[in-house]
Amino acid sequence: MPLHIIVCVKQVLDPETPASALRIDPQLRRMVAPANVPPVVNGFDENAVEAALRIKDARPGDVKITVLSCGKSFAMEVIKKPLSMGCDELVLLQDNAFDNLDAFATAHVLAAAIKKLGAFDIVLCGRQASDWDQAQVPQGLAQLLGLPGVTIAKKVEVTDKKVRVERVVPGGREVVEASLPALITVTNELGQPRYPNLRGIMAATRKQPVVWKAGDLGLDPALLQPAVELQELFIPVQEKNVEIIEGEDDADKGRKLALKLREAKLI
Amino acid sequence: MSSTSGVLVVGETQNGRLAPVTAELLGLARSLARGLQEQVAVVLGAEKLSPEAAADAIAYGAETVYTVEHALMEQSPVEAMLAVVERVVREKTPTVVLVGKTLAGSDLGPGLAFRLGVGLAQDCIEVTLDSKEKGLVAVRPVYGGVAMARVALKRMPYVATVRPKAFDPPQRDTSRKGEVVALNPSLDASVARVRVLERASEESAGVRLEDARVVVGGGRGLGGPEPFQMLEELAKLLGGAVGASRAVCDAGWVPYHYQIGLTGKTIAPDLYITVAISGASQHMAGCSGARNIVAINKDRDSNIFKEARFGVVADWKKALPAFAETVKELVKSG
Repeated sequence: MPLHIIVCVKQVLDPETPASALRIDPQLRRMVAPANVPPVVNGFDENAVEAALRIKDARPGDVKITVLSCGKSFAMEVIKKPLSMGCDELVLLQDNAFDNLDAFATAHVLAAAIKKLGAFDIVLCGRQASDWDQAQVPQGLAQLLGLPGVTIAKKVEVTDKKVRVERVVPGGREVVEASLPALITVTNELGQPRYPNLRGIMAATRKQPVVWKAGDLGLDPALLQPAVELQELFIPVQEKNVEIIEGEDDADKGRKLALKLREAKLI
Repeated sequence: MSSTSGVLVVGETQNGRLAPVTAELLGLARSLARGLQEQVAVVLGAEKLSPEAAADAIAYGAETVYTVEHALMEQSPVEAMLAVVERVVREKTPTVVLVGKTLAGSDLGPGLAFRLGVGLAQDCIEVTLDSKEKGLVAVRPVYGGVAMARVALKRMPYVATVRPKAFDPPQRDTSRKGEVVALNPSLDASVARVRVLERASEESAGVRLEDARVVVGGGRGLGGPEPFQMLEELAKLLGGAVGASRAVCDAGWVPYHYQIGLTGKTIAPDLYITVAISGASQHMAGCSGARNIVAINKDRDSNIFKEARFGVVADWKKALPAFAETVKELVKSG
């Protein structure tokens, strides 16, 4: 049996969109990008895809990577990116009932899908999603699936029935070990995700995602109710009024800034 | 849970003393407990705990300190602590559980909430409680700090993780009285499935970035690693530390432990001097507690000027050496 890696990815609003171009939809309580800005695969999830592909590179012919995503609708050319990077299969959990789920419900949907997928060795996720910045779903998944969970990995190595993970921790690094199956979240310190090559893009075009709806997962509808109520989404008002230090030239401005900081007793 | 009572803080220690974030949580816990007319308890776990840590917790406002000493706390800190906290919560049925949004707390908070089957307010910067039954309301930054979400928890216990430095620590009062209760849970080795094999420090010598009173930060606009030498000299002169934006760390100009921001370090210095930092919300999320931000940037429209108290619109290559030179003279003249 090849090593089976499941990577959970999320389609998100492009975080590079300038803040000034974003608006809040007060009804749906979420941020909306201009129509001409396409969504992206969450950046940390691409790091997780890269971590999976590195394991696959190290064990040629012995790794299968299934990509899993949950949502109401998908931009197919976006969500297929992990396939074009080299993943094997894409399973979309797509249902109107999956719109705007909170972390609690999302973890339950993903856990049900992972159980339905059958045997697996590793679940990889990005450390957090750039929209809601929760970092909750992976730990939730680990609890629901009864897996050891390791977060913020910069290096993932699979040895015999075990995984060795280098984590980014404040002030240094930490190496931990867990038995498989395990859940691991990946951070950008792992390194740049690879760009899809032409062969990968062609292969991805031919692959059709498997689509499962809520009914296919046998989910208790009560689990789709939010555990956290989102009351309001708002953009905080900026109150600070900057004092611009002028000068004859750039060097003079620098000097005057130092004097100003002394006057304000800051240095 | 029929009758819930009290606010439970999941504590952390640092070099044998109570971690600053736990002192901040105790301040918040006290204000929530006052409204509820209930008590504050803290749970501390380590392989070996010093008496000072428990004494600190009482001085910062805990009425009860639950202590757990166990070898698994060193080997598998998150899983061991999670097992202990889950047990304490099920036995003591607190109304509110507060966890620091630290490395360990980021794992423990969601783990606990999912085990209890309740929601979690993650990474909060404001936490309020109108009345016990109405629920806990929290404000948390989302979309990399571009927006804020007001969220409510309606099922007890209300579990929230709180961003470090979002709350001021309370006044330390060593005359406070409290009770220290040693728990001896039989932690089975099977709870520990993630084992720490190795810990290594990569921090440079000098002032810790998180604790520095003055921070000098460099951004992508510096163009390469070399200018950081000048930033280091300036920081040293001011008794501070150097930080950087994520783009700078991703480019490999400085190591990742320099990173300030949402997924990097959270700083709250008196003075944060930014050089060629544009001030993207993901970066500002790590320095919203800075009391005075100074911006040196050539683009007047960049976001950093919206957050700064003082700004210079200039090319850093010309402004920074003159600034550093003048700072040097001022510091020397006393």
